[in-house]
Amino acid sequence: MTAITNGLPRDRMLSEPRDLDLRGKSGSRALKNSVATAVMWAAFAIAVIPLVWILLTVAVKGGHLILDSTWWTNSQQGITARREGGGAVHAIQGTLIQGLVTALISVPIGVLTAVYLVEYGRGRFARIVSFMVDILTGVPSIVAGLFIYAVFITTFGFTRAGIFVCLSLTLLMIPVVVRSTEEMLKLVPNELREAAYALGVPKWKTIFSVVLPTAFSGIITGVLLGLARVMGETAPLLILGPYTKAIATDLFGGNMATLPTMINQDRDQAVTLPAYDRIWAAALTLILLILLLNLLGRLAGRFSKV
Amino acid sequence: MAKRIDVSDLDIFYGSFKAVEGVSMSIEPRAVTAFIGPSGCGKSTVLRTLNRMHEVIPGGRVEGKVLLDGQDLYAKDVDPVGVRRTVGMVFQRPNPFPTMTIRDNVAAGLKLNGVKNKARLDEVVEKSLKGANLWNEVKDRLDKPGAGLSGGQQQRLCIARAIAVEPQVLLMDEPCSALDPISTLAIEDLINELKERYTIVIVTHNMQQAARVSDQTAFFNLKATGQPGKLVELDSTSKIFNNPTEKATEDYISGRFG
Ligand SMILES: Nc1ncnc2c1ncn2[C@@H]1O[C@H](COP(=O)(O)OP(=O)(O)OP(=O)(O)O)[C@@H](O)[C@H]1O
Ligand SMILES: [Mg+2]
Repeated sequence: MTAITNGLPRDRMLSEPRDLDLRGKSGSRALKNSVATAVMWAAFAIAVIPLVWILLTVAVKGGHLILDSTWWTNSQQGITARREGGGAVHAIQGTLIQGLVTALISVPIGVLTAVYLVEYGRGRFARIVSFMVDILTGVPSIVAGLFIYAVFITTFGFTRAGIFVCLSLTLLMIPVVVRSTEEMLKLVPNELREAAYALGVPKWKTIFSVVLPTAFSGIITGVLLGLARVMGETAPLLILGPYTKAIATDLFGGNMATLPTMINQDRDQAVTLPAYDRIWAAALTLILLILLLNLLGRLAGRFSKV
Repeated sequence: MAKRIDVSDLDIFYGSFKAVEGVSMSIEPRAVTAFIGPSGCGKSTVLRTLNRMHEVIPGGRVEGKVLLDGQDLYAKDVDPVGVRRTVGMVFQRPNPFPTMTIRDNVAAGLKLNGVKNKARLDEVVEKSLKGANLWNEVKDRLDKPGAGLSGGQQQRLCIARAIAVEPQVLLMDEPCSALDPISTLAIEDLINELKERYTIVIVTHNMQQAARVSDQTAFFNLKATGQPGKLVELDSTSKIFNNPTEKATEDYISGRFG
């Protein structure tokens, strides 16, 4: 008998748990629940309504232009604010080229800095580096633009050019890449590093052949999100990248169009002019471009191994 | 090619915390030595000093000597990377490289150390997988990811990976603790085969396993939490399990542990 009841008094084991009532909700708790739900929905709506409104406005006002194939093939060369037509290919190209070059400079620096911080960084120097990255994260884009201006244009006497835009965007992109890569590297389990060490693989080789490949898609996600962020930047472009209506791909000399500067170009024209529609269309193009980068970034994240 | 290991007066630290104190022992070549003892007594810690993996942990440091066939692993001019090529390791949790195929996992040790010859790599992959009793199960899917195998298969993959670099000593830290009884038996059989060629040290919490696979058994214990762990005794497995010298060993083995 004792084996069955396990030492408990029999009547206690068999008795019904009478004081536990699971039916119905208490009134005040239900009320609190509905109030909290209502508040959360309201907050959500307040956050989302402006977003949807912007997207709708931009799509309605600029949509018809970007549906036209000339938008994606022509530049604005020879077209004044009063004339319809032309496209944005010069600005799209400029934005893509500058984004690409910015990424080419920022990614190696950012990834290697993150590798240093996660895999090697100990002690004071690492703390200083990490602190610097924090500071860089907080630098407003116009300050980054003015800094490059002060160094290269004022001090060294260069003329404004696309490459300086890229350099200022690099300042903004590096901290994003460092932080996101750091997070991904920290997610790589230590066991994988130890597995490689135990095979007699040196540390640097372990990092390049095991740790970075394992974190690869996560790093790509971070890079694309960082790129999406800097490609919409405007302030450094206004300071360092004068606009042109023609196709220009030389980063080292002459003016170069980008979508933000194209938007800025005609914004003070009378609202009835065709140029006004082109502002909306350029804005829509920029939004779509950045959306695409974000989607690609999320997609890359799906293939994550960590 | 199997080598003997002689440890003398080994103290092991994590920063300022002395985790293990005064270990001296001899590990015989071509035999299996089991480490047993309660949790936290420093079995893994001692094991990891035998291939200089301990110092990978920040603050990890060692005092004393570990001789591999008479050569001090902790001498100044010894390269830890070289030590780890000679003394391989299998971990508690299977840890195949997630980005690599089964083939590349096995070949990883050679490939990452610069072996490019494809015929040679294929030969080593086949030999190691056969050595780890995994060849028949994976020979048709060598180019599939290693992470797609079952836990027991992954652990045998890790053993194949470890023996592919032809170490002379193989350290195993609770290699079966994440596995079902059938995979465990497969790995124990494997250990029995491998000991013809390798010196094997295995940490286990499973007394029957220690009794089944090992030739020598080392019992570790610690006096109290916070105190360093110690080697209580090392002897032939039959002696340890039937007629241990120390009372603590007898208590632990018979389950009367206080
Ligand atoms: N990375 C570490 N940093 C600091 N102390 C550690 C670290 N790893 C282990 N220790 C300490 O060293 C001592 C021995 O730990 P160890 O892992 O070697 O025990 P073990 O015998 O392998 O235990 P188990 O059977 O649970 O695996 C413990 O007191 C533990 O807290
Ligand atoms: Mg352990």
